[in-house]
Amino acid sequence: MSMPFYVSPEQLMKDRADFARKGIARGRSVAVVRYTDGLLFVSENPSAALHKVSELYDRIAFAAVGRYNEFENLRIAGVRLADMRGYSYDRRDVTGRGLANAYAQTLGTIFSSGGEKPYEIEIFVAEVGDGAADDQVFRLTFDGQVVEEKDHAVMGGAADSVTSYLRERYRLGLSRDEALRLAVAALGHNDSADRTIPPEDLEVAVLDRTRTQERKFKRLLPAVLRDVLGQGPGDMPGDAPGATPGESPSGPEPTAPAAPARTDPSVSPGEEPPVAP
Amino acid sequence: MTDARLPDAFLTPGTSSFSDFLASVSPDLLPSRRVLPPGDAAALAPHGTTIVAATFPGGVVIAGDRRATMGNVIAQRDIEKVFPADEYSAVGIAGTAGLAVEMVRLFQTELEHYEKIEGTTLSMDGKANRLSALIRNNLGMAMQGLAVVPLFAGYDLSQEIGRIFSYDVTGGRYEETAFHSVGSGSVFARGALKKLYRDDLDQGGTVTAVVQALYDAADDDSATGGPDLFRRIFPIVSVITAEGHTRLGQDEVAAVADAVVASRMQRPDGPSAPLT
Repeated sequence: MSMPFYVSPEQLMKDRADFARKGIARGRSVAVVRYTDGLLFVSENPSAALHKVSELYDRIAFAAVGRYNEFENLRIAGVRLADMRGYSYDRRDVTGRGLANAYAQTLGTIFSSGGEKPYEIEIFVAEVGDGAADDQVFRLTFDGQVVEEKDHAVMGGAADSVTSYLRERYRLGLSRDEALRLAVAALGHNDSADRTIPPEDLEVAVLDRTRTQERKFKRLLPAVLRDVLGQGPGDMPGDAPGATPGESPSGPEPTAPAAPARTDPSVSPGEEPPVAP
Repeated sequence: MTDARLPDAFLTPGTSSFSDFLASVSPDLLPSRRVLPPGDAAALAPHGTTIVAATFPGGVVIAGDRRATMGNVIAQRDIEKVFPADEYSAVGIAGTAGLAVEMVRLFQTELEHYEKIEGTTLSMDGKANRLSALIRNNLGMAMQGLAVVPLFAGYDLSQEIGRIFSYDVTGGRYEETAFHSVGSGSVFARGALKKLYRDDLDQGGTVTAVVQALYDAADDDSATGGPDLFRRIFPIVSVITAEGHTRLGQDEVAAVADAVVASRMQRPDGPSAPLT
């Protein structure tokens, strides 16, 4: 004779959250960094066909980590919602906030419904404004929480170490290339040893408000990335902010492990655990 | 639309076509689903008239006059009838203006939607066929006098040439070589282009030839507007090359139109073509 076990709601939600977090932690990170002309998205993604960053609408981009089929499904739903709204009202009426809300409701409902497994994903919905002050970045978690981010944000497996690296080195008024070097260095940063991510393994896109077209989303091709990032390990991007003297990034902060690690970029990307793209 | 959870239809894998999606989720938004009472509705809405397109080595030029008419009345003097469809194509519209503009909006969304979902653009023929399908769906209304006849021009990235497609009201799609024109003034525009067009013209020469053709259309067709020198309203001219779609600035078109008009003061019928 079997008795149904009682599981408290707290325990149920905790279990679901742990499950989702574990799934997300397996994937590599996506970073968004604000620069003077817009927003830059950088992720490590060896696949050239399966995207983690993509266009939702004129000024709005989507980036995600976690299970591919789940965030791809949401991406397509977002494109449909945006196009439908833009077609039935006007292009100006499609907003990042509206899309973030729709995603939040969807993720929240899935997370708290008993019938479905929670999505193992996190999403950025980012909108570039006419000026830097109007840029908006929303980070959505698996349970439908929405956090508005400023300047830079990271989600995915190594989000904590990448975020702390960005927080120490980010400054306002970065150019696109400076932001790119910083973000790539941050993604390669690791508590034990930094590594240089080859340009072929990067997926980079921008929402560039200076583009003359109505659609501001643009992917940066590998050739451009190679130009900006250089090839050799001597071009360690972490040194880039040093270009402005008196603003030394490796100041007397409690980030001692980062300094020796930079001389040892020997960990190959192949040693990373296999993940969804 | 509310901000609640995304409806299941949005989350269902399936079509990359926006109009197909619209047909299943919100068919009332499709222009073709409208039901008209019987009778001829042609006189109800303004009509757009002449659109001209011509290719040149490295691209294609598409241009339209600015007049919309309702019967014998000029409904609008500065209507726009040439629209970018995506980065490498543009569509010009003749026929019932309201429906045509709506169809262009649907077509633009259709191309962009496919591009975003699939991560790649449609081929030039694919785009031309999608437009064909949209026109075919409008046949019922076309038979009641609300016809839409677009001219589609674009740069084919794989063949690296400019291409022009014309359509009939049943959605029939015809590829045109060198140049073409649609609308009520099209016979005159085409006659002019036949004499002026050369396949070795550069972009500037092609733009001039197209503006000359529009002038001739306006000269002989009352529904086509010529350059409005007093209000400074000039044709819309779009150039599509490997670099993408550019709509020429009003100053640029004004300079060409002023030159054309000035030469017509000497010779009202326009430049002469050699007899042999």
